[in-house]
Amino acid sequence: MKRFLAKTYIWILLILLYAPLVFIAVFSFTESRVLGSWEGFSTHLYGNLLTGNMQGGAPLLAAVRNTLLIALAAALVSTLLGTIAAIGIHNLHGRKKQALTLLNNIPMINPDIITGVSLFLLFVFLHFSQGYLTVILAHITFCTPYVVLSVLPRLREMNPDIYVAALDLGATPGQALRKVLVPELKPGMISGFILAFTMSLDDFAVTFFTRGTIGLDTLSTYIYTDARKGGLTPELRPLMTLIFLVILVLLIVINLRQERLNNKNNKR
Amino acid sequence: MKEHIINIQHLSKSFGDKKVLDDISLYVNRGEFITLLGPSGCGKTTLLRMIAGFLQPDEGVILMDGKDIAGTPPHLRPLNTVFQRYALFPHLDVYDNIAFGLKLRKTPQDEIDKRVRRVLKLVAMSDYEDRDVETLSGGQQQRIAIARAIVNQPKVLLLDEPLAALDLKMRKDMQIELKEMHRKLGITFIYVTHDQEEALTLSDTIVVMNEGKIQQIGTPVDIYNEPVNCFVADFIGESNILKGRMMRDRRVAFIKHEFDCVDEGFGEDVPVDVVVRPEDIYFTTDPAKCQFKAKVNSCTFKGVHYEMWVDTDTGYELMIQDYDPYPVGSEVMLYIDPDDIQVMHKERLCNTLSGTVKDDQTITLLGGDFPIRNSFEPGTEVTVEVPFTSVDLLDNTEDGVLSGEVHFILYKGDHYHLTVKTDDGDSLWLDTNDIWDKGDLVGIRFKDKGIKIRSKDEQAQ
Repeated sequence: MKRFLAKTYIWILLILLYAPLVFIAVFSFTESRVLGSWEGFSTHLYGNLLTGNMQGGAPLLAAVRNTLLIALAAALVSTLLGTIAAIGIHNLHGRKKQALTLLNNIPMINPDIITGVSLFLLFVFLHFSQGYLTVILAHITFCTPYVVLSVLPRLREMNPDIYVAALDLGATPGQALRKVLVPELKPGMISGFILAFTMSLDDFAVTFFTRGTIGLDTLSTYIYTDARKGGLTPELRPLMTLIFLVILVLLIVINLRQERLNNKNNKR
Repeated sequence: MKEHIINIQHLSKSFGDKKVLDDISLYVNRGEFITLLGPSGCGKTTLLRMIAGFLQPDEGVILMDGKDIAGTPPHLRPLNTVFQRYALFPHLDVYDNIAFGLKLRKTPQDEIDKRVRRVLKLVAMSDYEDRDVETLSGGQQQRIAIARAIVNQPKVLLLDEPLAALDLKMRKDMQIELKEMHRKLGITFIYVTHDQEEALTLSDTIVVMNEGKIQQIGTPVDIYNEPVNCFVADFIGESNILKGRMMRDRRVAFIKHEFDCVDEGFGEDVPVDVVVRPEDIYFTTDPAKCQFKAKVNSCTFKGVHYEMWVDTDTGYELMIQDYDPYPVGSEVMLYIDPDDIQVMHKERLCNTLSGTVKDDQTITLLGGDFPIRNSFEPGTEVTVEVPFTSVDLLDNTEDGVLSGEVHFILYKGDHYHLTVKTDDGDSLWLDTNDIWDKGDLVGIRFKDKGIKIRSKDEQAQ
């Protein structure tokens, strides 16, 4: 009985969590314009989405392209910055290290809306014309701490002597970094990259405040505007389903990688 | 004269307030196997890392082939290091680990192949080329680490406790192999270890270090037979270290008996320390040979020999090693050969401290106000001599004038000689019959007995 209750509880929880997603996914397979009315199974919306043959098709595809480009740029730069920062933090000692780790963690807990508004004010103050660049800079800002957080454990596990061992064998500091340190940190850097990429993908608040007035839209801002204009464009349903699947796959990849790394470490 | 490949002059290094190396001077002959030996924290690894170029000295120079290498970064120094925890590159296989240095030097591929094969054969790992280094055992990883270093044909090979992580049997085997490799390669080896037995087995020359200072440099035989101070005598092998008195040349008194010895030039009636190795005290049944009598207190079988503790007729405890056991409780007659008595200058006869008189009851020393009666004006700078027996240790740190930590313990047959570090890092020495453990936190107090006070002005005059 106790087991039954526990199982029921977990199922109710899961249903509540995933119902909205399942709802969207199910209704992405019908043509009805209004969400909630079933007009028979059809993959028509998927077809429209892929061919771009739909109402507001061009801006939507532009938004998708923007989202991916911004996420890619932000993830690349923050992986680089975050890795360097992690190496720096790792080599500090005592109180300085604690202080910097804390400073790294604060932006992650900080509400997005505050990050967004403060970045907006900063850009205005600096007379930055807002657009692609500011959005990418803003995304780098909130993505970097996540990369630091995924690279630091790799550094902690690493034998600190392998870097000096490379120097000892005749590598210049640059070569030692490229040939030894980076390959060693790569798993952490890739995890950090994926994390940064997904963080950037689903951001709304920060993008909304830093995109300026040039009409730059990412998916999240596009959907927001579209929904406010009166009703959701039906083709967004398959799109959201696809995005959910992509995120799901990425998450599974991150978790599998983590598990593999843990197993490897346990074996050692 | 032999050529010095490395010459270290007046090297000092501090980390924060802690001086880890203090005026180290030392030379290394070409082709020799030299060992830096000392307890952990003595500065030996720091010294090695400075030679490798990973650390910069605060003062002093390191000459290699007569040239100062201060400005040479590690990757340009013609030496290679074998690290304590191997430091193999986990993302590369055995072959690529070993070829790492050669590839950086743009060595032709066929040459790399040839040299990697040769060193793999040398370390007896020929079939392991394609193995992932993480699948190897500790001993195998160590062999690869050695191969990775020597494949570059360095002028000097630095080894930082390379065998410390291996089990005993493996360590013994690797010692023999290292010695053999040294002979074959003809490269200078600088070896760091805290294992005195390993140092004695492997080295041409041993440098004994403690607290950032060199204690003694010599061949293993010299260091073992003629330690220059109590630290070396205690650290290398087993020993009986005893308080003694040099009566005149070739005659020394300890454990309340007089013995012939071979040491000269100490002067007459001078306090000294005496070292007698436990295997150098002999049992006899001939009353004519007997120098002193004792009663066997304990007897333990140690494999090759028996280790016995005896109480002498004069109240001292001595350790004796012999192939034959003597039953506990039996009366035995003992003698020591003059050759086997090592007489050492005492490093100090009392604690000499500088301080200021606070009032006629108090003197400020080492940052604490000690109640010591005196007849000097307040504010007078004084030198205070505190005998070893006048320093009191207390269980509660709050009860003492100062607090500190027991740092080093030496058993001297009938009492313990302790080194205590105060919280400010000053050392005090004392004799006690109480049993303390290394690392005990203690309160420190002086007994107002036998303390001598001199004004510094008086000294100047």
